[in-house]
Amino acid sequence: MNGLRRRLSASLPPVAFGLVGLALWESVLRLTDPRGFVLPPPSEIVAAFVENWSQIWTGTRLTGYVIVTGLAAGVVLGVIGALLVTRFRSANETITPVATAVNAIPIVALAPVFNAWFGLISPRSNQAVVIILVFFPVFINVTKGLTQVQPSQIELMRSYAAKERTITREVRIPNAMPFFFNSLKIVSSLSVIAAIVAEYFGGRQDSLGPMIIQSAGLTRYDDAWAAVFASAMIGIALYALAALAERLVMPWHASVREATT
Amino acid sequence: MTECAVRAEGITKIFNQGRPNEVCALTDVDLAIEPGEFVSLIGPSGCGKSTLLRVIASLTEPTEGQISVYGKTAEQARLDRDYGMAFQHSGLFDWRSVSRNIELPLELMGWSKDKRQKRAGEMLELVKLGQFANHHPAELSGGMRQRVAIARALSFNPSLLLMDEPFGALDEMTREHMQTELLRIWSETGTTVVFVTHSIPESVYLSTRVVVMSARPGRISTEIPVDLGGRNADTRESPGFFAKITEVREALRAVEGAE
Amino acid sequence: MSRLEEQLAEIAATEDPIVRDQMIALAVKRQDRRQRLRDGVRKTLVFVFFVIGLGLLYTGYKAMGQSTGDRWPIIGGELPVKTNDLIMPPLWDIVTSFGKPLQAGGQTLAGLIWTSGMFTLREATAGFVAGVVIGLSIAILLLRSRLLERGLLPYVIASQTIPFVAIAPIVIIWGRKNLDFLPWDWQDWQSVSLIATYLTFFPVAVSGLRGLKSPEPEALELMDSYAASWGQTLWRLRFPASLPYLFPALRLAATASVVGAIVGEISAGVRGGLGRLILDFAGKYTTGPERLYASIIGAAVLGLFVVGVIGQTERFVLSRRGQEAV
Repeated sequence: MNGLRRRLSASLPPVAFGLVGLALWESVLRLTDPRGFVLPPPSEIVAAFVENWSQIWTGTRLTGYVIVTGLAAGVVLGVIGALLVTRFRSANETITPVATAVNAIPIVALAPVFNAWFGLISPRSNQAVVIILVFFPVFINVTKGLTQVQPSQIELMRSYAAKERTITREVRIPNAMPFFFNSLKIVSSLSVIAAIVAEYFGGRQDSLGPMIIQSAGLTRYDDAWAAVFASAMIGIALYALAALAERLVMPWHASVREATT
Repeated sequence: MTECAVRAEGITKIFNQGRPNEVCALTDVDLAIEPGEFVSLIGPSGCGKSTLLRVIASLTEPTEGQISVYGKTAEQARLDRDYGMAFQHSGLFDWRSVSRNIELPLELMGWSKDKRQKRAGEMLELVKLGQFANHHPAELSGGMRQRVAIARALSFNPSLLLMDEPFGALDEMTREHMQTELLRIWSETGTTVVFVTHSIPESVYLSTRVVVMSARPGRISTEIPVDLGGRNADTRESPGFFAKITEVREALRAVEGAE
Repeated sequence: MSRLEEQLAEIAATEDPIVRDQMIALAVKRQDRRQRLRDGVRKTLVFVFFVIGLGLLYTGYKAMGQSTGDRWPIIGGELPVKTNDLIMPPLWDIVTSFGKPLQAGGQTLAGLIWTSGMFTLREATAGFVAGVVIGLSIAILLLRSRLLERGLLPYVIASQTIPFVAIAPIVIIWGRKNLDFLPWDWQDWQSVSLIATYLTFFPVAVSGLRGLKSPEPEALELMDSYAASWGQTLWRLRFPASLPYLFPALRLAATASVVGAIVGEISAGVRGGLGRLILDFAGKYTTGPERLYASIIGAAVLGLFVVGVIGQTERFVLSRRGQEAV
């Protein structure tokens, strides 16, 4: 009861700010009425969204498929890679700096090469971009979580004559959990950007990326924004899923953070 | 009647008043401190000794009661930069050299660069760290950092030195060394000191008066004057020192027994 | 050698036991620092070996595919990527393509990548600087007001789920149409910078806010006891305390600004930069696949360069504090 009230009062300011923002956006554009302005009022975007629903739904499914499959594969590979690398101290010390360096490279630029490799309209090229873009943040963060353990905790386990596998299960993996979920939140929005940009180079013409470009080219900004809105919804849904999973897996962590901030 | 350094009358401090998690930290505390005194506040955890220190420093407002520092309100004394403070964690700024840490309050008070550097040099001599002026805090040990913190607290000649368990995180040997140093500095500068501590021997060794506090609600239970004269290496082993320790310990036990 | 002897003599001459212990510890630490320098050299070498290994892997895979007719040896089955010279141009062709002119007597590919890289670097830098300024302003604003923090922070986070790069074409048109009131002539590359800014401000705002809130309560009380103003506390305490949090965010933001600039050029069709070059070579892939690879290598080097600059700045600024980045 008390918790529910607290949650309501915590969500009040964002909701209020959102409503005020929307009202301002709508009324300013209605009052000034700049014809053909690149940012239409929200009501027109919603209208375009409803009007083009079937196209947008097709695009969302196509783009969403690339994002979700690429994201899942990238996360799984990133976690497996981190687990492998932390088994060997020397491998960890050499591979982690390389991964950090690779992460500094604009990976979306690889999209045209993948198109050549896997085919221009195959979803595989765009999945490859998403996988690589997702892999590195997950790999780097999980490796950090698995290795940056309090030495005293490891020593405690050693004093119990615990095996390396037990130490990993009891100390390293729990320690890596916050890092893992943090990276999950980061890549949930990165994967959307990666997929949309990859679609500029190739992929099905009825997915969201081309839809945005074509609508903007035809100065149909309301349609373009409706497609942008759809892609943002994918990102928000994935972020919310990651946050929900974090709460379910580590209820202690989220509650601690709430109490301290 | 001479003017008190600190006069607290009927201080009550309630946190989260009117909410379910209401905590009464201090109840009706009266305390008068004469200029030049060294007063220790000691008591079980939760007795409000740190809160009392913060009320004196005007870092938190008392719920009820009056506080005056050299005849001024605590707020005015703070604005007049009457307070030098030192905490358990030295609170040195990692990004400033030792010398520039000591200069920090002087900068805020608008001293010229020459004057600041000259004063920082003098303070470093006072705490015997002259050769570390250009080092950074990360390069100092815990005891050395506390010395810098004390130098920083004293750099602008505050009329009141407020210390919140400044040696709490140090090992026993360093701690005794620092206590001796603090007494030397106190006798050289003649500042009034209010010192919060957990340690009975520390309170007895340092103070002219030990104020024993009780917990829940925090109030002053006894005040024990300490008259051991000038301290030296033998003080810690003198019968008078042990007698005072016993006296303070019994006062504390009475406080805890009452709970 | 004599330097060490000097140090030892100085340590021996120190009477104060606390000071002497620390001087010994410092001498040991100085030795460690030399060790760390060697680590840096090692990391660079490892990266060079990684790049060479990648080249060998590429060449080896290609050689294998060509000898088996694009099938896995022994187990059979088709390879995921075909290995003919169009899909996988020989590594040597890619390397030599840098030195070849595009048209007879014209600029070499390396030269073109250089000038395009500089164009993109300008976009990225302008976007980065604007993003850092905006990000820090948001962090300070949210620090000032608890209500603003609770009301706006969710939207700052949500803003990143909107693929702003996706509306690059709209931004370009908006820039041409609506920014004519500015005292200077708005150019398309500045709109690309805006896209970079959008990707940059977020990590700076979030980590900046965390960093500005990082000082211990005791440090804040200390400033209060000096009756320091809010601005003095911000400038002398909160801002320097935030730097270890800020630098990792700046590294992220630097990468993001390059990605934003390249992607912005691609989707908006702005000429002159690396993104557009990559798009052009992707279009003319069949007549010179090695050029696409070369231009992508150029983009990778630009990304590494920008992050390297931030990393070196970070080391310079934080080295004397003796603290690691968070």
